[in-house]
Amino acid sequence: MWQVVLFNVTNGLIIGAFYVLMALGLSLILNLSNVINFAHGNFLALGGYLAYTLSPALGYWGALLVSPLLTALLGVAVERLMIRRIYNRDPVYSLLLTFGLAFVIQDACRYIWGPNGLPMGLPDMLAQPITPTLFFITWYRVFMVTIVIVTVVGLFAFLRHTRVGLRIRAGTFDLETVATLGVNVRNLRTFNFAVGCLLAGLSGVLAAGQIGLNPNMGDDLLMPSFIAIIVGGVGSLIGTLCGGLLIGMAAALTTVFYPSASEAVIYAILMAVLLLRPRGLLGEEGMFS
Amino acid sequence: MSAFFAAARERVPKGPDLIVLVVIWTLLVSVPFWLPLLGGYTALASKVLVFGLAAMGLNILLGFTGVLSFGHAAYFGLGAYGAGLTLRYLVHSTPLAMLAGTLFGGLAGTLFGMLIVRRRGVYFAMCTIAFGQLWYYLAYSWNDFTGGFDGLRDFHREPIGFGRFTFDITQGETRFYFFLLAIFAAAVAVMGLLLRSPFGRTLVAIRENERRARFLGIPVERHIWLSFSISCFIAALAGTLYALLNNFADPLTLHYSLSGYFVVMTVTGGMRTFWGPLVGAALFVLLQDYISSMTVNWMFFIGVMFILVVLFFPRGLLGMRRQTRSAGKA
Repeated sequence: MWQVVLFNVTNGLIIGAFYVLMALGLSLILNLSNVINFAHGNFLALGGYLAYTLSPALGYWGALLVSPLLTALLGVAVERLMIRRIYNRDPVYSLLLTFGLAFVIQDACRYIWGPNGLPMGLPDMLAQPITPTLFFITWYRVFMVTIVIVTVVGLFAFLRHTRVGLRIRAGTFDLETVATLGVNVRNLRTFNFAVGCLLAGLSGVLAAGQIGLNPNMGDDLLMPSFIAIIVGGVGSLIGTLCGGLLIGMAAALTTVFYPSASEAVIYAILMAVLLLRPRGLLGEEGMFS
Repeated sequence: MSAFFAAARERVPKGPDLIVLVVIWTLLVSVPFWLPLLGGYTALASKVLVFGLAAMGLNILLGFTGVLSFGHAAYFGLGAYGAGLTLRYLVHSTPLAMLAGTLFGGLAGTLFGMLIVRRRGVYFAMCTIAFGQLWYYLAYSWNDFTGGFDGLRDFHREPIGFGRFTFDITQGETRFYFFLLAIFAAAVAVMGLLLRSPFGRTLVAIRENERRARFLGIPVERHIWLSFSISCFIAALAGTLYALLNNFADPLTLHYSLSGYFVVMTVTGGMRTFWGPLVGAALFVLLQDYISSMTVNWMFFIGVMFILVVLFFPRGLLGMRRQTRSAGKA
């Protein structure tokens, strides 16, 4: 029994880690630009596919480093060419735009890399289990969780201790004032969007090693990430972090006792939060309300 | 109530509005006679009516109240499942199935609306998306009852009426099209009267300036809630019609992509106009039918269409007419 529980707890931790990476990127973009990026799951898929294509040339480690950066560059292009034009319009337009973008990227991936799943090769040292008794904990899982922890800590350190990070946090609360103080808000938003896409690309590479590649691999992560943001509280990145871990763990633990309800429990948490604490666990009252 | 009808009488359409009205109804009534000649089929026109009705329902909220829901497929799908489940498990009656489906979807929307009515903008939209997906997963995973991923089958629409007054809608595409058109006309009349009533004007006031509306003593939350609820009821009604049209309800009618389609129909046609969503629905359904018959990568082209509409036609087809006219006046 304890092995089953432990197995699902590790699963929950890993799923939660993916939710957190996805949701943090979404949350960054939502906070500063007021845009829900429907295409976020597709940036994730792009990151994975780019790593798949690059790894014969650069090796796994090179691809792990380069493909998130390429995804971020694509994000810059998308932001400059399209999303920037609609910041001052009704939110319906940004939703439709990223929604259409999701379709375009997904079909482009299907066209380029084919509709069938592709395996992502891992270095031998990562594919081994740690010990025979805990066969389900491979080094790769440890590695993934480590990378996610390092990335999240790095992100928060960046937001807290650098000038750009400070500006992003300030812009979340009052972009107009930040602009008045002489900060180039246009570039700040582009940069922020790129950071969001970088996180998506990184989770794409990591997810590819775990579940393989297919054109809609990001779709299943998108909705839980939305819920993680709502549960954690819009406007609070720490909240998003907690929300992602909470629903990942809750879904995994439900799997132990009642597998078919593992999706439902995520939505149950959402409803409970909307009923009892509409601003989310750590959300600020008055933001977006 | 009398103010309601007085307001309706005051605004008898004239000029360009009257022309649009005449053109739309002429096309709607005559479509089964000329569409097959052009290579289409009547079921396509039926689909336009059903999606158009759902999009017009959404537009009460989106265009006339200025509140963004990106989850209306949920209520559409709940209507479809409500009607399908009623026909399959409870009674073989088309009107009762429609009633049950509409109530099911509409009430679900009404209850949920209560929870989120204080949220605004993208946060409101995000809540509607997430809540909509709940129903998708439910229909998807509750296999024995809903048919799971394959959808709900084994039901079909029943003849309406009794004895000598039976109207058999089970056979003949054209006959069923006119049945749909009758329901559509009734729903559109109700929507039109609602939007021209003081209640509808209040919704527009909230859209234009929520803070000012609040200062005038208008209970903003209650109006948004009512508007959300009404648009959910209309979407659910359209959903029941969709189930009757196909004799089938599938989980994709609950999926957020369909919500996105409703929004893009509304925006393409013009979300500040009454008839815009219907025009957008016609354009979308025809385009999708055409492109998906040409290439498997139809999603790519639909996505490009979304982007082009957002970047270059934000006011929509009928909205452009309105804009040039008001520009001429000023």
